[in-house]
Amino acid sequence: MNTIPYFPGCSLKDTATGFESSAQFVMETLGLRLQELERWNCCGTVTSLTTDDLMHHLASVRNLVRVQDLHESELVALCSMCYNTLARTAQRINADPVERDKINQFMDRESSYEGTVEVRHLLQVLRDRIGWETLAQATPITLEGLKVACYYGCTLLRPKEAAIDNTEKPTIMSEAMAAAGATSVPFPFAGECCGTYQVVDRRDLSIERSFRVIQSALRAGANVIATACPLCQHNLQEAQKELGHVQGLADIEIVYFTELLAAAMGMDPQRLPEGLNVLIQQTAEAQTGWGGS
Amino acid sequence: MSRKKTVSVENFRARVEELSGENVFACYQCGMCAAGCPLTEEMDRLPSQVIRDLQLNDITLLDSNAMWVCASCLACEVRCPKGVDLAKLMEALRQLHLRKELDHVSIDEMSQQEIAKLPQIALVASFRKKTG
Repeated sequence: MNTIPYFPGCSLKDTATGFESSAQFVMETLGLRLQELERWNCCGTVTSLTTDDLMHHLASVRNLVRVQDLHESELVALCSMCYNTLARTAQRINADPVERDKINQFMDRESSYEGTVEVRHLLQVLRDRIGWETLAQATPITLEGLKVACYYGCTLLRPKEAAIDNTEKPTIMSEAMAAAGATSVPFPFAGECCGTYQVVDRRDLSIERSFRVIQSALRAGANVIATACPLCQHNLQEAQKELGHVQGLADIEIVYFTELLAAAMGMDPQRLPEGLNVLIQQTAEAQTGWGGS
Repeated sequence: MSRKKTVSVENFRARVEELSGENVFACYQCGMCAAGCPLTEEMDRLPSQVIRDLQLNDITLLDSNAMWVCASCLACEVRCPKGVDLAKLMEALRQLHLRKELDHVSIDEMSQQEIAKLPQIALVASFRKKTG
């Protein structure tokens, strides 16, 4: 089976294990196995934005070196924060031989980074390498009737150089959902911030932002929100718990987009979120017009 | 000799411009950044006012909470018609505090339960943005 170098990042090994296992299932089904880097370290999580802070790009560069050591030139990430941080570092360091040289002189055990690795998000790999038609053919279980709000958040869309699609009107996730037979419902907060790391010392603020994102999806008629980021997922679910008394808020499922694709590909329901299984079953029953068997 | 550089009225704007790589005078105050910012209600100065204060070299800007509320979501950055990267200016303002060892969050003040509940990316990101 063909493989592609894969960077998991910390959350996929802890709070977001369902994101990883569903993505692995999807890619194995499609014949392109995610090959986890043998050794990887934290990507840095956020990009340092000051001109003189080259040091904080080092963590990402070390991961790129490990891809280079495999004689590969592409690295795929699932977590959108990892994707953004790795991609921005790669873009900056690939384009600047002076900065690359500085980093290479600092690194000791690693081989010198030659500036040849490009970072992709899984959605880009699905679109550009697999193709929606192939994806559609690999989904025997239809998600017809499911109304998905595709939530991108910030880091898949901004800055423009790292955007995996149009920054203001992205369609890449809806295209993936359409291939799996689900209907994606457009909603205006698809690219709005969930409050991100502010949850650490300003939880009130992230709850408020995430609440608005869910409300926007609900009013658009969605019954499930698809995410691509363990932090978006956490913040949205926290808002759901905190403000569950608001009508409809607790009813919407919040899952990783890969979990929807894996369900459509027939992944063992026991390995998928229970709420999602119930929703898929209810939707299928409503489609046929029969309640129960 | 102190290893800490001090910020003064004489060098405030210059230091922010140096750290961010941005030219604050490119901004013509259209307000697009403030219009799209998801967190303005929490800020004591609007994003556009932050740039205006930099243009005016108003050092009291360092006392504003705007830089700590900004979550680097980059909504302003992709929409600015003049290509000003306000997130970089906010980061430079944070760095002026953080490089003087004035942290804005402290892990010591958080309970074990709180820490355990949060995804690592939240913690790492917060400490990267709010500690030196």
